[in-house]
Amino acid sequence: METSARIKSILETVMDPEIPTISLVDLGIVTKIESRASQHAYVQLTPTFSGCPALRVMEDLVRTALTDAGFQEIEVETSFETQWNTNLITEKGRAALLKHGLAPPVKHEGYIELDVLSDTPCPLCGSRNTTLQSPFGPTLCRSLHYCNNCRNGFEGFKPI
Amino acid sequence: MEFTEKHVEGLKDLLYRMADDLLILGHRNSEWTGLGPILEEDIAFSSMAQDKVGQSLALYEILHELGESDPDTVAFTRNDFQFHNCQMVEFPIGEYDFSLVRHFFYDHADALRFEALTETVFEPLQMVAKKFKGEIKYHTMHANSWLKQLANGSEESKIRMQQSINELFPHALGMFEPSNFEQELMESGLFIGEAALQQRWLDTVVPLLESYGYTVPTDAAPLFGGRKGVHTEYLQPLLDEMTEVFRIDPSAEW
Repeated sequence: METSARIKSILETVMDPEIPTISLVDLGIVTKIESRASQHAYVQLTPTFSGCPALRVMEDLVRTALTDAGFQEIEVETSFETQWNTNLITEKGRAALLKHGLAPPVKHEGYIELDVLSDTPCPLCGSRNTTLQSPFGPTLCRSLHYCNNCRNGFEGFKPI
Repeated sequence: MEFTEKHVEGLKDLLYRMADDLLILGHRNSEWTGLGPILEEDIAFSSMAQDKVGQSLALYEILHELGESDPDTVAFTRNDFQFHNCQMVEFPIGEYDFSLVRHFFYDHADALRFEALTETVFEPLQMVAKKFKGEIKYHTMHANSWLKQLANGSEESKIRMQQSINELFPHALGMFEPSNFEQELMESGLFIGEAALQQRWLDTVVPLLESYGYTVPTDAAPLFGGRKGVHTEYLQPLLDEMTEVFRIDPSAEW
């Protein structure tokens, strides 16, 4: 148990390669941590999006961080066993997204319609008077918005 | 229940149908990158391409676990007659109305197929189906908003969309070409079967299209072939282009 906690604290320092303010733990993609000996680490990750190209990079980042911390037997696996959704992003993670200039995803009950995205609060001025421009943004996890109050375009982390 | 050899064969055939549809349509969608009529649409089709190719990879990986070759070999070394995709996804992108209508027909079927598969008894497929569902939702929302918008755009936009609906509808019905294993898939709880899926699809798309003001040629006869490896003249050139870089050095590490 102690080793698992140590692994988790190491993963809290591994940042998302596309959004460097949020850790993999706060992103909610670390779905299992196990250790059967002090030098052994098993980490299971779940993809944010099936087509996310950052996935292999994340696996490598986890391996490197654990190697640097002295682990000798490291297993990193990606699995769909737990399906990621944006409700799994922690409060700390939501603050980290905002820090990167991304509107955190609207919390949902599993039912998403475009209306849910249309009043995304602006990460720059906080206004809710915003318009969804497109649910597809520069990466699979982002949507494009416009703030009618401060008149800036901004990106949101889209709810899924 | 115990799976027999026929159940596994049926399951593999089902996985190939879905994975090949996603790979081929994903490739077609990517052809809009840099050409979309407005920037947001360029990005939308590129994003959907990325989703689809990523989803096809997850399905090819399941096939690999069932004893098929690895995903790269399966995706890049087969010829057209070995692909199980429906013919509709292999047509060139055409004009934007054609690509939008194909996107609408295909993604509603895809959403309903994976919705049904969230209840399959085959667990690896059940897990990815649950994952894909959330991603596909954005594809159907995108398709619906454009089908609706262009029905109310100009006289020309409505005529063009209606023509594409008429042209593509028989091909869309071809998505539901029965396999040789319908009975095995249904009795084992692996899949609800193509006939049931087609009915769900009709119950979804026909009322939507009519509510936007289009007419639906529901008496059209389906155009089959793709699921059994019979393809149009368009698939092999697509594969030649898609695999061009791979074929330069098939053993290269990426």
